[in-house]
Amino acid sequence: MIVTRALTKRYGRVLAVDRVDLDVREGDRYGFLGPNGSGKTTVVRMLLGLVYATSGEIEVMGKPVPSRVADVLPRIGALIEGPSCYGHLSGRANLALIDASGKGQGLRNRRKRIDEALERVGLAGVDNRAVRKYSLGMRQRLGLAAALLREPRLLVLDEPTNGLDPQGIREIRDLLAELNAAGTTVFLSSHQLAEVEQLCTRVGIVDRGRLVLQEDLDALRAPTGRVVVRTPDADRAAALLDGRVERRDGDRLVVAEADPAQVNARLVEAGLRVSEIGPERRSLEELMLSVTGSGSDRIDSGDRGGAEPGAAERGATRETAGRDGAEP
Amino acid sequence: MIRVELLKLARRPRSWVSIGLLCGLPVLVAVFVAVTHVVPPPGQGPTLLSAVLSNGSLYPAAALAIVLPIFLPVAVAVVAGDAIAGEAGAGMLRYLLARPVGRTRLLVAKLIALIVYTLTAVVAVAVTAYITGRLLFGSQPVAVTNSGGGITPTIIVAHAATSLSGTALTPADILSRTIGAIAFIGVSMLGVGAIALFLSTVTDSSLGAALGALAALVTSEVLVTLNAAAAVGPYLPTRYWLAWVDFFRQPILWRNIDRGFLVQGVYVVVLLAAAWANFATKDITS
Repeated sequence: MIVTRALTKRYGRVLAVDRVDLDVREGDRYGFLGPNGSGKTTVVRMLLGLVYATSGEIEVMGKPVPSRVADVLPRIGALIEGPSCYGHLSGRANLALIDASGKGQGLRNRRKRIDEALERVGLAGVDNRAVRKYSLGMRQRLGLAAALLREPRLLVLDEPTNGLDPQGIREIRDLLAELNAAGTTVFLSSHQLAEVEQLCTRVGIVDRGRLVLQEDLDALRAPTGRVVVRTPDADRAAALLDGRVERRDGDRLVVAEADPAQVNARLVEAGLRVSEIGPERRSLEELMLSVTGSGSDRIDSGDRGGAEPGAAERGATRETAGRDGAEP
Repeated sequence: MIRVELLKLARRPRSWVSIGLLCGLPVLVAVFVAVTHVVPPPGQGPTLLSAVLSNGSLYPAAALAIVLPIFLPVAVAVVAGDAIAGEAGAGMLRYLLARPVGRTRLLVAKLIALIVYTLTAVVAVAVTAYITGRLLFGSQPVAVTNSGGGITPTIIVAHAATSLSGTALTPADILSRTIGAIAFIGVSMLGVGAIALFLSTVTDSSLGAALGALAALVTSEVLVTLNAAAAVGPYLPTRYWLAWVDFFRQPILWRNIDRGFLVQGVYVVVLLAAAWANFATKDITS
């Protein structure tokens, strides 16, 4: 669906995107993660032909971008860095204008498609007030409706649940899952881990312009081969499992054993109480922190004005990565 | 896309307010002149105004002379400056291009909307001025000179340095010459629009683009009057702005009119080419 090869974008001296090789397959729910300023948005804009790459290749639905981007854009629904509308017009008028722009499907079924799109995002009953008076959540829904107008095969969404309340986030997540089940590939760019963790099947993590990880989420969150036990009898449990306990944190033990059932049986046999037990899995957050540095919105002292922007930060990253690497 | 752009223009209250103001100013002037019968002597004040008292049919031309120096260029610069930068500022540019609307297509649609706006504004001013003129001044000639035969409207055309003697003009003459003047002014305004449109592709601020175009015009106006800058004079965008007055001479003085068309044409072509080259290759980061 989306393939990039050594995709690179340089703004003057700043390397915004550095040799990124994306591979989004048809039917994926792809989560594109990264700290603020890591180059996510630049990549998204390059995929849509808004920003031109310095070097590297992009292929979307089998067509080279940007040279043939006009062929594939009609089948892509996009939400790029928040929704935008003409504030003085109503939501429907906005959708009609957007739909009429460019080579379109014409007036024929526009009204019907607009109604359907509004229905899908939960704005079916919206009145004629100007978009200027919409809340952020309503604008977000309207932006999604615009992306859904032409029944896209690929959805490229940048922070689609921004500004929504938990209920709204849930609705949108269900909507995306439903669309995906119907065959739409979803490319979701976000820094909200929970959003990605709950929706996506595959993640790509970008840090300082480089794709540091691209993997199926299930594989990433597979059991680590250790068992986590929580027990009020932690001391005795540690003694019993002597040698196998890797870490102890109060009443929480990390045991180097693959099968929780076996560990449980041994503890119970010895008459120890177990309040919680299960295989250890890495959370997306731990994973994310281990492969990325702090975002570009953090500026530590020592990053002096004259230096190349990002140089000091890059040093800091290496340090962080080293620390994490030392700790298995 | 052209239809969409025209629709957007028509749905903006600003478009109508600006045209309303453009039409309102000449009406205001006409009321003052009609009530007091005091007009600037020939050669001073807005061109042609002194001739209006004698014939209301000439008021459209006088009205254009009233709005031409500032009002009209400001309105055109605002609309043209908003063309691309306004979409960028509203965050709509990325969505339009991802729709997809080809960049060249978008620019052409914006240009056509701009031309329609400019012509609408100029024609609206002329029409309201004609109505105002007929109502307030009538079409009866005050002075009849020459051997035009019968009641032929006669006007005195005033110009800064040279004052042409009175010549008879038939109503058909006035009409065709007014149309000529409207075309000339339309093209001059298109020159302004081209500057603003180019700047609109450079910046994401529509205000910046409009002000930039106006700054260029003010610079040009200053240099036109500066003898020391005589060498560049013929190439300045505002140099021949007032040449449309020559349509009301007898016979029509084509020299400056032709040059005016030529200079504006060159500005329009060069700036639109620059706007296209810039916009088509630009990274859209707004």
